[in-house]
Amino acid sequence: MPTRRIPAALALAAAIVLTTTACGGGSASSGSNSSPKTLTYWASNQGTSLENDKQVLEPELRKFEQQTGIKVNLEVIPWSDLLNRILAATASGQGPDVLNIGNTWSASLQATGALLPFDQATFDRIGGKDRFLPATIASAGAAGKDPAAVPLYSMAYGLYYNKKLFQAAGIANPPATWDELVADGKKLTTGSQYGLAIEGGNVSENVHHAFTLGMQHGTGFYDAAGKPQFDSPQAVAAVKQYVDFIATDRIAAPGNAEYAANQSVTDFATGKAAMLMWQAAGANLKSHGMNPDDYGVAPVPVPAGSSGPQATSSMVAGINLAVFKNTKNLDGALSFVKFMTGDDEQKLLNSTYGSLPPVKAAQADPAFATPELKTLAGVLSTGAAPLPQVASESQFETLVGTAVKNLLASAAAGKPVTEAAVKAELSKAQQQMPAN
Amino acid sequence: MTRYRTALPYLLLLPALAAELLIHLVPMLVGSVMSLKQLTQFFIRDWSAAPWTGLANYRTAVDFDAPVGRALLDSFGVTCAFTVLSVGLSWLIGTTAAIMMQDAFRGRGLLRAAFLLPYALPVFTAVITWTFMFQRDTGLINHVLHDQLHLVGDKPFWLIGGNSFWALLTVSVWRSWPFAFLTLTAGLQNIPRELYEAAAMDGAGVWQQIRRITLPSLRPVNQVLVLVLFLWTFNDFNTPFVLFGKAAPKAADLISIHIYQSSFVTWNFGAGSAMSVLLLLFLLLVTAGYLVATNRRRGADD
Repeated sequence: MPTRRIPAALALAAAIVLTTTACGGGSASSGSNSSPKTLTYWASNQGTSLENDKQVLEPELRKFEQQTGIKVNLEVIPWSDLLNRILAATASGQGPDVLNIGNTWSASLQATGALLPFDQATFDRIGGKDRFLPATIASAGAAGKDPAAVPLYSMAYGLYYNKKLFQAAGIANPPATWDELVADGKKLTTGSQYGLAIEGGNVSENVHHAFTLGMQHGTGFYDAAGKPQFDSPQAVAAVKQYVDFIATDRIAAPGNAEYAANQSVTDFATGKAAMLMWQAAGANLKSHGMNPDDYGVAPVPVPAGSSGPQATSSMVAGINLAVFKNTKNLDGALSFVKFMTGDDEQKLLNSTYGSLPPVKAAQADPAFATPELKTLAGVLSTGAAPLPQVASESQFETLVGTAVKNLLASAAAGKPVTEAAVKAELSKAQQQMPAN
Repeated sequence: MTRYRTALPYLLLLPALAAELLIHLVPMLVGSVMSLKQLTQFFIRDWSAAPWTGLANYRTAVDFDAPVGRALLDSFGVTCAFTVLSVGLSWLIGTTAAIMMQDAFRGRGLLRAAFLLPYALPVFTAVITWTFMFQRDTGLINHVLHDQLHLVGDKPFWLIGGNSFWALLTVSVWRSWPFAFLTLTAGLQNIPRELYEAAAMDGAGVWQQIRRITLPSLRPVNQVLVLVLFLWTFNDFNTPFVLFGKAAPKAADLISIHIYQSSFVTWNFGAGSAMSVLLLLFLLLVTAGYLVATNRRRGADD
């Protein structure tokens, strides 16, 4: 008997070793067309739930299958997992063919070399670069390099204001400058109601506002050579201005400092706060029972008399569509990108999700002529700047966003937030950046 | 034949050994190799191309004058304090509950089931519920403490700032004491009733019975229980992650979250691996020290 076990055991051991080696090596091969009939698509969560996204996308994927004969396997991935899944796919070489990425990750993911660069020839295959708004292309990869993705859904920040509360406080127009916003905010802050709601516990929201204010003060948080400048005097002034909404202006409730589950949207929808700076809040506000007639949307304020980059009122927000370089169906992947960025799909998908099409022709559609979307489209075409498109962008988001969160927490606890305190917190963030 | 007979046990162990190597040792080795490399997003597609940096990642991690090392040390201190308190309280509550449930009474089964509830709930669901309860303006905790009992003057924050440590500790103890309770309840079944009867006959009170019979008889169970609780608590990732998100407040910046942030969120996998290896060494050291100390004491007692 034992003699027979040895070969069996050896075979098992060999099988295990073989499986490990097969999983181990991340192959760095580039695209081919060895499986032309199927595609795997990772979609980000744009709708009210993962299930909702499937309901929106599945009919469109069937349309694509009818046109091309290519079957698309859809997986909708929640935001909390998406980046980790992409990193795992990059490290193993086993990933989807086409995927959605947050547009702020573009340069970081571009640096991994996992995404197919969209050079002139590739752009020509999907209908050309000129079809897209320039600002959205600028947020699809580092300057001077071929974009790592193409824009799919676009968004910009706007200032949402409650018309009834404004009227009751005797304010005729939404604020256009920060001085006006603070003055209006003070008028609107009465006991249980506050002038402004902010999402202070949300690292990404914090860094988006810090970035916009930074641009207005004359810094993009990186110098021209791409070196981080988190604690420059301009950056300190920008962050302090944001923290002061709670600390000294007192137009935002101290409790906002811990908001991280969109409570600020709820506060605005329920009239607990009169203003909110948000991207495409419309659908969200509606689900909280706020009628589109009850609120107005204006560009986020800028400093009085500013122009050029100093008049930036939003980051370029949005989702990009990328092709995984290891795809086994390169031609199919590019036809799918062409399909998704085509005028028809752009109109349909963006109007369903409440976002703006980055494709110029689609944006002209009447579906995007609501007051909210017209304001945001104006911001996107003239007043929006992309977040720093550098490889260390995600470190910037995490470190600076966390610094702002800590400062807001101090302000909410009633501690004075001085310029020195802001600088110290930002210097700490900068020192945690990798040396090169 | 005899040669085969000696080899047989080893051959039978081989599959288990291979699985053990695969599941435990290989990731540890890969992690150790990664810690010696400058593995950032530029190289994750092809690890072998990442430059070797020797011990640079370790030097950064233990340079306590620089912000990265300083933050790691702070996080380590918070984790130690948190672990000692959480394990101590979980053990204390678990032991008390187990001893009180030792004698049969009406409704004991129901109470036991209720006690195990926190352990049976999915982590995410349970902790997200705590997150809602800890919210400053709308949470249940402040409603009870401030609105109902008027114990605190101003509504405190629980999810940001210094109090976040106590919020985290509360949730952690709530989650792990049922495990201590379950293990000790099982352990108590092995203590012969006659011992208590004899002790009662000799005039020992309840306290004396607990000190002289219950606790010594539970020692082997406790030895394992405390170690397991320590390792779980020290490495706990889910609780702080669901409670605070990826940027935990300083007062509740547990080491597992800290390492996650240093590698996944900032895309520096080499540095994260170096910190993980240091953590692994520390836990190995503590575990070995603990086992030696408890075994020696048991030897001395016998």
